Amino acid sequence: MLGLNKKDTTFLLIVIALTIATPIILQPFAEGSELAQFNGGYPDLMQKIAIFGIFAVGFNILFGLTGYLSFGHAAFLGIGSYAAVWMMKLLTMNVIPAILLAMIVSGLFAAAIGYVSLRRSGIYFSILTLAFAQMSYKMAYSVLTPLTNGETGLQLSLDDPRILDGAMEGTSLPVTNIFGIAMNSSYKLEALGRVFTFNVGFYFCALIAIIAFYVAIRLFRSPFGMMLRAVKSNQQRMTYTGLDPKPYTLAAFVISGMYAGLAGGLLAAMDPLAGADRMLWTASGEVVIMTILGGAGTLMGPVLGAGVIKYLENIFSKINETVLHGWFHWLPDGIEDVVIWVFARFTGEGWHLTLGVTFMLVVTFLPGGLVEGLKRISTRIKHGSQKRDKYDDPDPEHRPEASKHVA
Amino acid sequence: METILLQLLNGLDKGSAYALIALGLTLIFGTLGVVNFAHGAIFMIGAFCAVTLSRILNWSFETIDPEKLDFLGNPAKIKTPYVEAWFGPEFGGALIDWAVPLAILFSIPIMIAVGFAMERGLIKHFYKRPHADQILVTFGLAIVLQEVIKYFYGANPISTPAPDAFKGSFDFGAMLGFDPNMIIYPYWRLIYFGFAAVVIGAVFSFLQFTTFGMVVRAGMADRETVGLLGINIDRRFTFMFGLAAAVAGLAGVMYAPILSPNYHMGMDFLVLCFVVVVVGGMGSLPGAVAAGFLLGILESFASMNAIKSILPGIDQIIIYLVAIVILLTRPRGLMGKKGVMEE
Repeated sequence: MLGLNKKDTTFLLIVIALTIATPIILQPFAEGSELAQFNGGYPDLMQKIAIFGIFAVGFNILFGLTGYLSFGHAAFLGIGSYAAVWMMKLLTMNVIPAILLAMIVSGLFAAAIGYVSLRRSGIYFSILTLAFAQMSYKMAYSVLTPLTNGETGLQLSLDDPRILDGAMEGTSLPVTNIFGIAMNSSYKLEALGRVFTFNVGFYFCALIAIIAFYVAIRLFRSPFGMMLRAVKSNQQRMTYTGLDPKPYTLAAFVISGMYAGLAGGLLAAMDPLAGADRMLWTASGEVVIMTILGGAGTLMGPVLGAGVIKYLENIFSKINETVLHGWFHWLPDGIEDVVIWVFARFTGEGWHLTLGVTFMLVVTFLPGGLVEGLKRISTRIKHGSQKRDKYDDPDPEHRPEASKHVA
Repeated sequence: METILLQLLNGLDKGSAYALIALGLTLIFGTLGVVNFAHGAIFMIGAFCAVTLSRILNWSFETIDPEKLDFLGNPAKIKTPYVEAWFGPEFGGALIDWAVPLAILFSIPIMIAVGFAMERGLIKHFYKRPHADQILVTFGLAIVLQEVIKYFYGANPISTPAPDAFKGSFDFGAMLGFDPNMIIYPYWRLIYFGFAAVVIGAVFSFLQFTTFGMVVRAGMADRETVGLLGINIDRRFTFMFGLAAAVAGLAGVMYAPILSPNYHMGMDFLVLCFVVVVVGGMGSLPGAVAAGFLLGILESFASMNAIKSILPGIDQIIIYLVAIVILLTRPRGLMGKKGVMEE
């Protein structure tokens, strides 16, 4: 279907089914029960998962396929947000033109930054992209204040022209919409003691995420994707074969920049404001973490990583000592205090600690990310846990060793 | 002339901090071949060593003074630090006052221990992994260290003053024979620069003039051959990691009076210091020091009003701009060697 082979088609269909059912899947616990705080089925979180899924899938096209580790990808996210908000200020509150402009502008920036940065590889490339991103961040804060509104961030205001929407009536700010359907409207369904929220914004993001994911599958399977893998495995050999890696890497960089811009535009479409903080290098670090945690170079990994991190971030930060007390009240007093103290370090304010520790463990023991972990579990189930003889060759075809990541 | 000299001086203290951190980063990279993203966190731990020592020295007990009353009419409680009770108010007070310089002695063993623990506990397992993995795992470690410090010391900056004798500024210009009141410079910044120069000099002479340093340099050039000659090079490199941690830690200790330590100061410096290392050339120690001072001074020049009025906002981005230009014109940085981190 749609130029995919059978396996990929099933895969895509599963992803689509999962995405459509997200409001139900993320709401597994009954309202009012003790576990209700683990429910993640509210619009804000679901939108974030879809949007950061797009961001991570795009980052993976660059890092997973070519091995170039960019530490400044958040710049494109921020640029996309600014472009989208400007479109909403000037033209219309319909999100389609905003998102298109976000992609175009961030694509142009990516072409310029990529053209310069890709002249170097390895850690130099990482530092160059980091430098460009930090520069954009600092400029958005200082010199470009007329464009970015500095520290306050770019917001809508009542006296914006909004040419297509015509004159504003009333005193409240308009909401983002798609052909008249407001992004923040949602349909609530009560069933089985749970409240399921079907939000327009989420389904819009989900639709775009599925398209983005489909494009990524096609790209992974295309000859172009093969070329990008060649860049990662051995650039020298590629040059000897008479191919110039530069246009391929640049194209990958621009595509992944446009994905980031798309994600930024969607962020603005869900909540029409844009701040320089989105370009800070910690935001770039976040997408790196998502991709690695899920599994770089795999299709599902980045989406999985983005979902897991955004879900845990929201859930973990909500757990405080009172909640913990509710869980462990059955323990003897002294032990309870110790257990609560330990858990409290990792939840609530301490969410970043959990993130750091998880990330270190994954990088150390599971370099392929969660996807590799799932694969290992499934082989364990299929083949049982019998011990291999140490002379058993794991690679009977003697394929050459996979080359290291660049950087 | 005076303005230029003033900006030069202003750039020196930041430049010294950059140079010290970048020196440690390059030492680690040159010896162990590891890109250490947790180095900023080490700098921060150093600064918090100063905070810790000043807190320890300020530990006090309360006595009730029946003669005085506080505003509620209760007998006033007087806090006396233990050191003042033990050593008398004068010497004890001086100890408290000199907490930051004393923290230098206090921090060296701590920082070396932290460095050893990091290298033996974590980084050792990453020598054969790709550079990307090393960057990522140390990035994770930096987050963890940052959060631990945040738990113990809170999220707000903790002001850690310099000793009274070095507070305030003096007329540095008049001392050099310029017009008085043109160049007013804080004592502590000058001390910081002198301190950094001493530490950098010590590290270089250690590498240059001792047998240990000679072996380490040989190991940096060709690790395998040195190992074949029957020298346990790994142990020496571990020691160098500890030394690099101590250098960054000392930079942090002395920086505490200039910038009140907070838990994310390490990350803020780290990003800049990576730029510094890359500009100086990966693996080149003199390059790291030179680039550190160069970028610090350039940053301070760019914040001059005369320059800012021509190019608004240049002070914010000058470092990154210089880095981009240098990397594109001199791909290996200012003093980079061939074949280091080319892949």
